[in-house]
Amino acid sequence: MSTAVAEGKTWGGGNQPLKASYGKMMMWFFIVSDALTFSGFLAAYGFSRFKFIDAWPIADEVFTHFPFLHGVDAPMYYVAFMTFVLIMSSVTMVLAVDAGHHMNKSKVTFYMFLTIIGGLIFVGSQAWEWNTFIKGDYGAVQTKGGNILQFGHYVEKDGEQVFKRVAVKDFAVATAHKDRTQHERKNGLWFVNEGTLPSYTMDEVIHGLQANKDILVRTQIINEDGEKTVLSRGESLDQIMKNGRLVVEGANLHVNEYGSPLFADFFFFITGFHGFHVFSGVVINIIIFFNVVLGTYERRGSYEMVEKVGLYWHFVDLVWVFVFTFFYLV
Amino acid sequence: MAHEHKLEIFRGLLKFKSNTQKIWGVLILLTIVTTVEVALGIVKPEWSMAPFLGMKLLNWIFIILTIVKAYYITWDFMHMRDETKGLRRAVVWTTIFLILYLIFILLQEGGYVFDIYDNGYIKRDF
Repeated sequence: MSTAVAEGKTWGGGNQPLKASYGKMMMWFFIVSDALTFSGFLAAYGFSRFKFIDAWPIADEVFTHFPFLHGVDAPMYYVAFMTFVLIMSSVTMVLAVDAGHHMNKSKVTFYMFLTIIGGLIFVGSQAWEWNTFIKGDYGAVQTKGGNILQFGHYVEKDGEQVFKRVAVKDFAVATAHKDRTQHERKNGLWFVNEGTLPSYTMDEVIHGLQANKDILVRTQIINEDGEKTVLSRGESLDQIMKNGRLVVEGANLHVNEYGSPLFADFFFFITGFHGFHVFSGVVINIIIFFNVVLGTYERRGSYEMVEKVGLYWHFVDLVWVFVFTFFYLV
Repeated sequence: MAHEHKLEIFRGLLKFKSNTQKIWGVLILLTIVTTVEVALGIVKPEWSMAPFLGMKLLNWIFIILTIVKAYYITWDFMHMRDETKGLRRAVVWTTIFLILYLIFILLQEGGYVFDIYDNGYIKRDF
């Protein structure tokens, strides 16, 4: 073979040195860049966590709910379920890709359908997680320095003294006349309003704390046993009266009853960004699903498009595996 | 090309008869790993609380198990096993190098900021 012929073959186009089509390779390179975006977020989370390593919220104490099981302490079971749903939908996706290789239209349709259902269950679960997290469960007091003080008391369990959290609403003494009304746009300064007021004022919490002698304050500082520090009765009253500024219920971008507000910020941002990926994945899957049903790929003679969205869908699963580890386990 | 699948995992220790069978096999593996993670996270055994290279041993176990899961998702679900060496290395090596670099820089800096607060050089806890 002369050099000219070889050159024509190499540079003349239609050559696939990596034995992958253009579309598939671009999907891989998109995944690389998206993976770097996600690792940027997770590494930033790691930065903030290392910065407050002695006072970061403990995930098992934050995510303890399971739908329809009220008051049952079920740390992480629901996220484990969500992880399983996403892995399962990844499996149905590969099965769809595999059926595509065999040009089996009805099987591709069926597996794509299951994948979409799995994605919807996952997004729905995430919405539920957010809702539970935003609502909060015990409430806490924020100090003027932005630290969080939580409440609880010691109870006897299997012959041991265990610290059990108490909700602010269970001990705060509500006074008949509230000293503070919510400022609305129509009063005072025009078109200036404020966020929802907490259900209790600091005074009501202080009265409640004085009236209930067994209630203690728990700070965010983690002790040698890996548990949050519980203050003595005297210190508790002192902290709340001297430093307490605001009653906090649930979490949002400004305050977080579970601990550092950064934890809530990163939770919303990272799981939100991932949830948005799942949502767009579901939309793309639906489009491809209809193309399969209409026989587009049957006529094209190749189901490679299913493979490409499959890559994206698995990537979403891959990211979740890491989010699961760094948000809920570590 | 992509239609040819390599059907063995664990370096040939386990060989599947068909691609479908391999997918279910990998699912079982991933499920087992996730179950172990959740079980360890709930039980938190005493031995795993020992400090190891700047973290609890348990956290290292979680991270290693996560990388195991990531490997099987990429290699078997995303068919990385069947791609050419060139494509595989372009994607995997680039990403891993950049991520390791980023993590090192940010965690180092985070630890430094913590130490500064902790030594009382800058006051934070009012």
